[in-house]
Amino acid sequence: MSDKETPTAIELLTFQLADQEYSLDIMSVREIRGWTKTTPLPHAPSYMKGVINLRGTVLPVMDLSERLGLKPQKQTDRNVIIVVNHGDVMTGLLVDAVSDIIALTDDDLQPPPEMQANSSPNVVSALTLIDERMIRVLDLSSIVTSVQSNAA
Amino acid sequence: MSLEILAVDDSRTMRDMIRLALLPAGFNVHTADDGVHGIEVLEGIEPDAIITDINMPRMDGFGFIDAVRGQDKHRATPILVLTTEAAPELKARARDAGATGWIVKPFDPTKLIKALQMVAG
Amino acid sequence: MSNTNDPMAEIRASFFIECEELLEALQDGLQALDDGDDDPETINIVFRAVHSIKGGAGAFGLEALVRFAHRFETVLDEVRAGRMSPDTEARKVFFQCADHLSDLVRISRDDGELPTEETAALLDSLNGLLGEAGIEEEADDAEEEEIDFQPAVLSLDLDLGGDDEEGSIPDLPPLDALPTAAPSGFTIRFKPDNDLFETGNEPFHMLRALDELGTCTVTCHLDDLPDLDALAAETSYLSWTIDIETDVEEAEIAAAFEFVDGLCTLDIKKKTADDVSSAPSQESPADEEPPVQEDEPVVKADAPAEPSPVPPTETPVADAPQESKAEPAPAAPMKAAPAPAKQAAPAAAKSVVRVDLDRIERLVNLVGELVINQAMLSQSLERSGLSPHSDAMNGLEEFQRLTRDIQDSVMMIRAQPVKSLFQRMSRIVREASAAVGKDVRLHTDGESTEVDKTVIERLADPLTHMIRNAVDHGLEDSEARIAAGKPEQGRVNLTAAHRSGRVVIEVSDDGGGINRPKVLQIAIDKGLVSPDATLSDTEIDNLLFLPGFSTASVVSDLSGRGVGMDVVRTSIQALGGRISITSTPGEGTTFSISLPLTLAVLDGMVVQVAEETLVLPLNVVIETLTLTNQDVEMVRPGAHVVRVRSGFVPLFDLGKELGYRDPVEDYDGSVVLLIAHEDGSRAALIIDSIQDQRQVVIKGLDDSFYRAPGIAAATILGDGQIALILDTSDIITNAIGSSGACAPQVTTGLTA
Repeated sequence: MSDKETPTAIELLTFQLADQEYSLDIMSVREIRGWTKTTPLPHAPSYMKGVINLRGTVLPVMDLSERLGLKPQKQTDRNVIIVVNHGDVMTGLLVDAVSDIIALTDDDLQPPPEMQANSSPNVVSALTLIDERMIRVLDLSSIVTSVQSNAA
Repeated sequence: MSLEILAVDDSRTMRDMIRLALLPAGFNVHTADDGVHGIEVLEGIEPDAIITDINMPRMDGFGFIDAVRGQDKHRATPILVLTTEAAPELKARARDAGATGWIVKPFDPTKLIKALQMVAG
Repeated sequence: MSNTNDPMAEIRASFFIECEELLEALQDGLQALDDGDDDPETINIVFRAVHSIKGGAGAFGLEALVRFAHRFETVLDEVRAGRMSPDTEARKVFFQCADHLSDLVRISRDDGELPTEETAALLDSLNGLLGEAGIEEEADDAEEEEIDFQPAVLSLDLDLGGDDEEGSIPDLPPLDALPTAAPSGFTIRFKPDNDLFETGNEPFHMLRALDELGTCTVTCHLDDLPDLDALAAETSYLSWTIDIETDVEEAEIAAAFEFVDGLCTLDIKKKTADDVSSAPSQESPADEEPPVQEDEPVVKADAPAEPSPVPPTETPVADAPQESKAEPAPAAPMKAAPAPAKQAAPAAAKSVVRVDLDRIERLVNLVGELVINQAMLSQSLERSGLSPHSDAMNGLEEFQRLTRDIQDSVMMIRAQPVKSLFQRMSRIVREASAAVGKDVRLHTDGESTEVDKTVIERLADPLTHMIRNAVDHGLEDSEARIAAGKPEQGRVNLTAAHRSGRVVIEVSDDGGGINRPKVLQIAIDKGLVSPDATLSDTEIDNLLFLPGFSTASVVSDLSGRGVGMDVVRTSIQALGGRISITSTPGEGTTFSISLPLTLAVLDGMVVQVAEETLVLPLNVVIETLTLTNQDVEMVRPGAHVVRVRSGFVPLFDLGKELGYRDPVEDYDGSVVLLIAHEDGSRAALIIDSIQDQRQVVIKGLDDSFYRAPGIAAATILGDGQIALILDTSDIITNAIGSSGACAPQVTTGLTA
């Protein structure tokens, strides 16, 4: 994270989850859309909100707060779904509200301090400070690919 | 000057190869899938030369040549036979049927063009 | 070859597609022969298939393929000519060769490693069929073929016959030959016989071909020309003497006359030094070819890339202008001038268009959108309160009909006969029976049944496994068969048929049937079933579908690959299909696969359960009922049955099974769907209401994410909402598993 010669520029989409600030690499974000009613999937883990129609394709949507072990989202009109693409699989992430897009370099990122394994290990890949607010950078792959094991 | 050619072969690959060999040389290529189809196609065109395979369903090359020669306007249309064998009997049989010449498959595009020019100008 | 713009690569790709068709025809023909068909056209078809593969392979320099096909073809030619009878042994070899040919085709296509040993063994078998004569001939052929396979190299070798390859190589002028060396040449006397013209040959063209080889001086001899009124139309009167100044070999000169060899009097003499000096040696300005002496062989090799120069008619050949008047052949030289071609209208024989599958996929998706859109439009027009007799509603009806027609037509594009799949299976039977040393014959029926292409592709693996199982486990060995009073040759049937909007594919054998005590024992040993369980025959048979189940006590080469029937079942279910078993001890076992015709649409029943809209495949719904409390009986707490006429059918609450709500307590007035599956199992499902019956477009659910039990797919409704499509079979097996209503012993596995 401290490559002095050519710090890589990255852009992060920041959003709020349970009054905390999180972010995702903008490159993995396909679109942001308002909340619509989901069709629930039977016996799904509670963070799986169901599926929605995204212009003809069936998009699974998960409540990111619940997925991260935070308290479940209270549904309001401000809720939005961030459509992300990971390894050609599209997923909708339900968040409280989108805040901003910030540009920084990887010099500005620092790894999260080593902590004891908790309920959601490794989902935060880095931390950064913007205007004295700590922003957590999420590792998308650990959010959308390990669903199966959590669901089992 | 573009020569008009009718190529009769039941193998799509061969037809494609013939087309590929002849189109860049400015030939105008028609194709047919077998002898019967060849006769049908021949009704609508006046080829300067005909290329035909021997082993074909419905009507084989010999039958086709016979049928073509039987038509007054095609009594002298040059016909080249495509054959995989360079066997003399086959050549003799093709000639007896009225073939003008032969090309041994797999043909070399240049040879094919040369042979066509030799029989059709 | 990866360059898609390379026409050769495209033809190569298309050649391999054609090969698949030819291999199919080959298999068909061999099968017909094997079935005793003695129509000469059958062996012709077989011969032609191999012949065409050889021809194309030669064009791409696929030497191994050509060599093998050639040998195979030689033997088939013997049969065709009636010199060899295709006895049982020969037919067996033919089948093996056809299989091997198909391997070689694929290996050649994928640039794989050639199975030289196998090829050699089969070549030996073929030679065995041919006898001594064949082997000798092979030596000759090998040599000849070797020379013939030089396709890609575009040389300007003018030899046309392939007879004089040896001679044509030294054509290249020795490197030390000085360009200024005294030109050599030939004097050619040429007198066509009458026959020459009957073959459509034309002396004029030959003379011109010569002209391209060097500088020609042509003298036409009119001595024999009779008076005009004595001219016989097709008699040859003219003869020519050509002086050609060139340093090409005599063979090349002869090549110009190759086609008329035997149809003319031809005398080619190499000129002596005296001749040369006295020969006129002016350069022909019309000669587009550079003087041959300066011609580097390398330059020549490049020449064919451009159109070969076609000299204008006024070349030195015009030295014989009389020809055009006196020439009796019907083909006047003017013929060569471009007679404006009539617009060709090639007769439309079975015309076939090859289309990239992606394009069809796109069309299928678009039509899917159209169907959804049409549904949305219908819904909003209905809601707007228009009269059903209004123009708009009538027009809508028409629109609906058209949409459906379009959809059907699009689906037809993707449909393919199952034949190719069945042919692959006949090979599996041959290989599998050889591997376990059983004599087995495959009977197929319904090969022309059409199924979605994707379904066919994805059926190959499960079917292969089932066929292997039938040969390996299903059929007894010959002693046991004879002891049981059965024919020694085992029989495996593979059939396909359309049945009530679905495709049913069955694999059956006439073997010993499922050994139920053994199956049950294995299940107990593996802890899949409790030792004190009592299971019905059908339940025991279905144990075969448990994950990891294998009845083979000895792991054989064939089936012991760690793939069980559970995998087969999962693949079939992934296609929206079901698989069921029936077995009669001593008589055999039948696996029946029922599949949707297409993976893209489904005739569905749209229902409402706990505020959610769900779709059930219409074909599983056999009846709808409205319950009264008297219809429902409790077997034990949590397990109820509904009385349907004289039978009892297990009752499940769909809302509860899907986890959408608590179970219904009061059954009075509940709407129930009576469901029946191919395996004969029935169930009654409680729903809230029925909304509609309609065709829905199937949208896949990405289950890498989360696979919802009981859900097959999803669809998009007219209002844009997603409705889940239920897998009723899965729901019921899950329900049985959890409620323990029917088979409490089996707690896992049947949900595979």
